[in-house]
Amino acid sequence: MESGKESHTQEPILLMQGITKVYPNGLIANSDVTLEVRKGEIHALVGENGAGKTTLMKILFGLEGHDAGDVFVRGKKVDITSPKDAISHGIGMVHQHFMLAPSLTVAENIVLGEEPRKGIWFDRKKAEEICAELGEKYRLNVDPHAKITDVAVGVKQRVEILKALMRGSDILVLDEPTAVLTPQETIELFAALRALRDGGHTIIFISHKLSEVMEISDRVTVMRSGKVVGTEDTNKVTVQQLSNMMVGRDVELELPRPQSSLDNMGDVRLLVRGVTYARDGKEVLKDVSLKVRSGEILGIAGIEGNGQAELVEVLTGLAKCDHGAIEICGQDATGKQPGEIRELGLSHIPQDRMTFGVAAGASIAENLISTRYKKPPISNGMLLNLKGIFSVCTDLINKFEIKASGPEQPVKTLSGGNIQKVVVAREFSTDPYVIIANQPTRGIDIGASESIHKYLVDATEKGAAVLLVSADLAEVMGLSNRLIVMYEGRVVAHFDDAEATTEEELGLYMLGVKHQEPHEILASMMGEAS
Amino acid sequence: MGIDKKFELLRTAAAIAVALLIGFIVTCIVSESPFEAFGYFLRGPFTTTRRFAAFLEAAIPLTFTGLSLSLVFSAGQFNLGADGQFFIGAVAATAAGIYLDLPPVIHTLVCLLAGIAAGAIGGFIPGLLKAKWNASELVASLMLNYIFLKLGMYLVTYHMRDQSVGALVSRPLKNTCWLPQLIPNTRIHAGVFVLLLAVVFCYYYLYRSGRGYEVRMTGQNIEFARYSGIPVLSVILSVQVLAGAVAGLGGAVEMLGIYRRFQWLASPGYGFDGVIVAILAKNKPTLVPATALFLAYLRVGADVMAMYSDVSAEMVAIIQAVIILLVTAEAFLSTYRHRMLLKEVKQSAITS
Repeated sequence: MESGKESHTQEPILLMQGITKVYPNGLIANSDVTLEVRKGEIHALVGENGAGKTTLMKILFGLEGHDAGDVFVRGKKVDITSPKDAISHGIGMVHQHFMLAPSLTVAENIVLGEEPRKGIWFDRKKAEEICAELGEKYRLNVDPHAKITDVAVGVKQRVEILKALMRGSDILVLDEPTAVLTPQETIELFAALRALRDGGHTIIFISHKLSEVMEISDRVTVMRSGKVVGTEDTNKVTVQQLSNMMVGRDVELELPRPQSSLDNMGDVRLLVRGVTYARDGKEVLKDVSLKVRSGEILGIAGIEGNGQAELVEVLTGLAKCDHGAIEICGQDATGKQPGEIRELGLSHIPQDRMTFGVAAGASIAENLISTRYKKPPISNGMLLNLKGIFSVCTDLINKFEIKASGPEQPVKTLSGGNIQKVVVAREFSTDPYVIIANQPTRGIDIGASESIHKYLVDATEKGAAVLLVSADLAEVMGLSNRLIVMYEGRVVAHFDDAEATTEEELGLYMLGVKHQEPHEILASMMGEAS
Repeated sequence: MGIDKKFELLRTAAAIAVALLIGFIVTCIVSESPFEAFGYFLRGPFTTTRRFAAFLEAAIPLTFTGLSLSLVFSAGQFNLGADGQFFIGAVAATAAGIYLDLPPVIHTLVCLLAGIAAGAIGGFIPGLLKAKWNASELVASLMLNYIFLKLGMYLVTYHMRDQSVGALVSRPLKNTCWLPQLIPNTRIHAGVFVLLLAVVFCYYYLYRSGRGYEVRMTGQNIEFARYSGIPVLSVILSVQVLAGAVAGLGGAVEMLGIYRRFQWLASPGYGFDGVIVAILAKNKPTLVPATALFLAYLRVGADVMAMYSDVSAEMVAIIQAVIILLVTAEAFLSTYRHRMLLKEVKQSAITS
């Protein structure tokens, strides 16, 4: 079954030796990293976010330079300074965020830059043939005529892979390929990857989802804070061992769920009725209703881009809905400004922390006080109370275990996890009645994720109402008391008991295969007939 | 001191050194006796009391416009209206100084207030256009500079002109509104105290008040400010009004302290020099007087050089341009910074 296993003795197809990379902000992304990949294997590269996996691969692909170390491909030392060099050495990369031209067809994207020609004209027919042939050969089915805008995320990913294969890549790097996929799409991707490996391709699979690593990889290299902790044969390690290697200590893999039941849940804190919202002429929220009570976490599952982000913007005042009503703690919040909505007791952990969550150039203290700089002890009337700010911020840094030299340190010099902790510390410090957490642990390490989960659950148990949006199914299923699924701007399902659902079932709703009837949803969630 | 602060200091020093070197090379090319000429340039401001006083005087208007621009730059607003605001502030102070009959001190204060009001209006217009219709404050403020210049010239020519004098000047300011001379035989005047108040006010406003915090956060990341609940549009509007007021006050102070009649035929250009002052001071009000002095030093030195050698005063524009380019160019010396960083990283790796 494992055809990669036969080639153990041969020379590695890829060797990165002693790689060191220091970013201009002083972050040591890679420190003396050595990675050895054998021909015809699926080699997983795992580590928490910020461990240096993506940086290492960017160096390999010529997107980043390095300060020390050498790269050998097929035993020969190579100097890769651009993606073009990398491709000429047979290295292909499928990025986390797809690099495709949305208005072109699948075939056009695949041949882009190497278009077949008939005279001086682009030979569309030939391009589509090439595309179909490739798809057939590698069992990656795509419709060559479809436009990229119209195809699903899984298809876009296949197009990216085909693009790399068409350029003759036999070392394929996939950066967190499953992050954007539904469970069903992941199964298909894995089948295709196995086929590629059996056909002699070498695959480097970056991930932090250990269950997937166990399923797909032959060998696994674990990185932690810029260093390689070890390389193991996958069948000789357990998930628990891998996660301990990643974090450097024992990890609790079970997510805590707030211990609330229907009887101890309190009053309705967030009530949304029939909210409709159009952006650029496209209706992105259609008649959305939901209700979150004190003491519970309502999770929103769904593939990204199905209205979750817009719903959060409307609820937090960053956008104004066209129809419908929003109530926070019984008070009307429809169409109010972000500041007014915060006054009603709402906190918001935003999806994109670098755009909304922090002012990167400002200090930790300045970032921690942005929602309450007008109130004591931060302010004493006209002026800011510098002593008050210092003591409040020092307390928050300690309480939320933000690794920093002090309140004056600029936020941009912190790691991703610590930046998110700054956001979380600020949003929790006002004792909010309602917390909207949008992808609260995206792109941050297990340690920080664990603490953020704990803060969310603690706040909920103390009576906060939490609306949790996450593309990470494990997170949203593990933390929520109740779940809804969003698909194309609608709430298509409501589960009163999140524990009783399975990933597969949710996946069917997320893909739009199944949906509950609107009146059923209203009845079960809002406790009223339509 | 953090690596960034150390590096910034070093970088500014290096930028000035490189600029002076280039200035010297240019001098060598154009001058018969470059060492002598450059010597006049560097020593000029210190050669006589009068020149030294001229150097200090020149720093006063530069400080006001530098403060004004520090305020708008801190909010991330590229409003270059300080030039027109300074000019119209001077015109307003002139009008108040000519037409009103008030006792001393009060007359001066009223004139200063007139300058503040005129400058504030100058800041309000692009601020409103930006906040209401998202019109670029850069374009609006640059265009307004012309409008204020022409408006001021119209008012002086058709309403305040002294017909008995051959040149185009206004009637004399009443002596009740003059800012008194501080040091005999110089033009250093009591406006220095207004200046110190303005510096302290801007510092407290920007770094110690809640409103200043709003301004700085809006400048750092406007999305973050909005998300946090800061009313960004009113912040953008009010900071431009305040900056206009400071520039207008500068115009009024200059008028009451240095001149006895309004006699500018064109903008003296302090608004644009203020951009250099603010950039070199990193928008920090407390550093603005120092960078204003530095720029004034270059200017007076250049004048002395032009007077005594065959090099013209415009040479200083080259030096200024090089300094601005190097100070604002992110990549300047960044390889050096990277090496410094690597060294520090290695050291901390050894010690830890």
